[in-house]
Amino acid sequence: MRDVIVIGAGPAGLAGAIASASFGLKVTVIDEFIKPGGRLIGQLHQEPSGEWWNGIKESERLHQEAKTLSVDIRCGVSVYNLEKDDDLWNVHTSIGTLTAPYVLVATGAAEYPIPLPGWTLPGVMSIGAAQVMTNVHRVEVGKKGIIIGANILAFAILNELQLAGIHVDRIVLPEKNPLSGKAGEPEEVMKSLLNAAHLAPSPLLRMGSRFMKNGSFRKIGMKFYPKNGVKVNGTPLLLRKAAIEIIGTEQVEGVRVADTDENGNIIPGSEKIYEADFVCIAGGLYPLAELVAVSGCPFQYIPELGGHVPHHSEMMETPLEGLFVAGNITGIESGKIAMAQGTTAGYAIAKHAGKDGAAIDKQLQEAVQNVRSVREQAAIQFNPEIDSGRRKMSELWESLYSKNTRENSQIKIG
Amino acid sequence: MTRIINHPILGKLEDRKAVPFTFDGKTYEAFENETIAAALLANGIRKLRVHEDSGTPRGFYCNIGHCMECRVTVNDHANVRACLTVVEKNMVIESGKQHPNIVKRMVEQQ
Ligand SMILES: Cc1cc2nc3c(=O)[nH]c(=O)nc-3n(C[C@H](O)[C@H](O)[C@H](O)COP(=O)(O)OP(=O)(O)OC[C@H]3O[C@@H](n4cnc5c(N)ncnc54)[C@H](O)[C@@H]3O)c2cc1C
Ligand code: FES
Repeated sequence: MRDVIVIGAGPAGLAGAIASASFGLKVTVIDEFIKPGGRLIGQLHQEPSGEWWNGIKESERLHQEAKTLSVDIRCGVSVYNLEKDDDLWNVHTSIGTLTAPYVLVATGAAEYPIPLPGWTLPGVMSIGAAQVMTNVHRVEVGKKGIIIGANILAFAILNELQLAGIHVDRIVLPEKNPLSGKAGEPEEVMKSLLNAAHLAPSPLLRMGSRFMKNGSFRKIGMKFYPKNGVKVNGTPLLLRKAAIEIIGTEQVEGVRVADTDENGNIIPGSEKIYEADFVCIAGGLYPLAELVAVSGCPFQYIPELGGHVPHHSEMMETPLEGLFVAGNITGIESGKIAMAQGTTAGYAIAKHAGKDGAAIDKQLQEAVQNVRSVREQAAIQFNPEIDSGRRKMSELWESLYSKNTRENSQIKIG
Repeated sequence: MTRIINHPILGKLEDRKAVPFTFDGKTYEAFENETIAAALLANGIRKLRVHEDSGTPRGFYCNIGHCMECRVTVNDHANVRACLTVVEKNMVIESGKQHPNIVKRMVEQQ
């Protein structure tokens, strides 16, 4: 008899499996990718301490620990439905239906697309696709690339592409329109980059950061933003140029780019074509939560967390009995935080399953505390307002589920 | 395109076994445990299919199973995601083809 099914073998899912299994629960982890680790395996960046965060090594460590605890990990298996039947959850997968009283959904994040003419051409890919091709599969995505969209993930991956010897020719913004939203507004982009100024690779961004945090200075800054961009690790970041169209017949041949004013409006007659054989679109991340939605769990839109997220407590419970969530499905943050949340969920499941009193309570409390401290020390934070987003969710949980039914806050369904 | 053999942080790619497969009737080589999308790209192939209706070319987009842009036919099994499927020895892979749009043709004929 299986106690727990974990959906997603990323840092959250693996850490959750390890924590549950350490209390003697029988755990199966399912993931549709070819190997465990989730988006962690593509990650490679230098911490402020100078140490390298090597996602492949971290994933191998988690995988090994899970195996030692006899966690059953199945890769190459997709989950397409999740529903409850009396006391058991049915997890419908590409290899049949699995059941367990507890399910942890840790399906992570997906990338927001920014559609523009020509974006369906072969050679156009999301920025994350380039990360996986480079660091996981070790295949060159191309000889000369252009990144459309400037955000923290784009810079992290720009750096990874450069490390692997791939030439990224320039970074431009998408054309300002309802589809690109803030990603097409130079001032908004500058604002979000300044929030990550400690990571900003360019000395100019770093120097200007305090000055540019003031709204009116920022406007002036954008007005005088150098036409040829500011170099980020040697690659020009062009906040006053927008991609209008990706061109090519059978595959990418280049990008049609126009100059913009400080508000992102196209300056007529300024169009130019830059050659490229690959294009990466960086639209940012959102929680990949469809499975939890089909299970009937209520959701809340919290932009600071990246979009619609399932209702959940700090112990990673959802309002549905036996259903837990952890990692980026609860809000967009870095891998270390996903891992800490997974550990919390794993202990919370052990507690719900009736594992020994005092020890589990203490470990669960420590795990909740650990999520907060890892968050405070995070080297990469995708949204500067993350704390406020997390607070909104915990207040929502308190008001909806905690007050009268503290002992048994989960709703029975099915 | 080529493989990234040497990497300053991730180290050197170890030697892996070559695995033959066919794509649209031509034989190529993948490495063991490589996805169809990665193996084809390493062989210089970006185009995985054409759009069923318009016939315009498509390649992988997200590379992690979310977008379905990379669907190909594998050993007669249609709509398989090339970015999540590992190449196996002598696998027969076909690109996605254009389908006749009967309704559109009927409208055009009127
Ligand atoms: C493309 C991309 C690149 C990123 N790069 C970075 C980075 O460089 N640095 C950083 O700090 N953060 C990065 N992130 C953020 C990343 O989400 C977190 O760092 C962390 O990996 C989240 O962990 P997780 O366990 O919540 O989810 P993930 O690591 O995303 O793991 C989720 C797992 O669930 C599996 N899954 C999803 N749906 C199903 C299903 N229906 N059936 C079966 N399996 C399923 C997936 O295959 C995946 O392996 C990136 C995110 C994405 C999407
Ligand atoms: S490229 Fe998106 S599903 Fe394969």
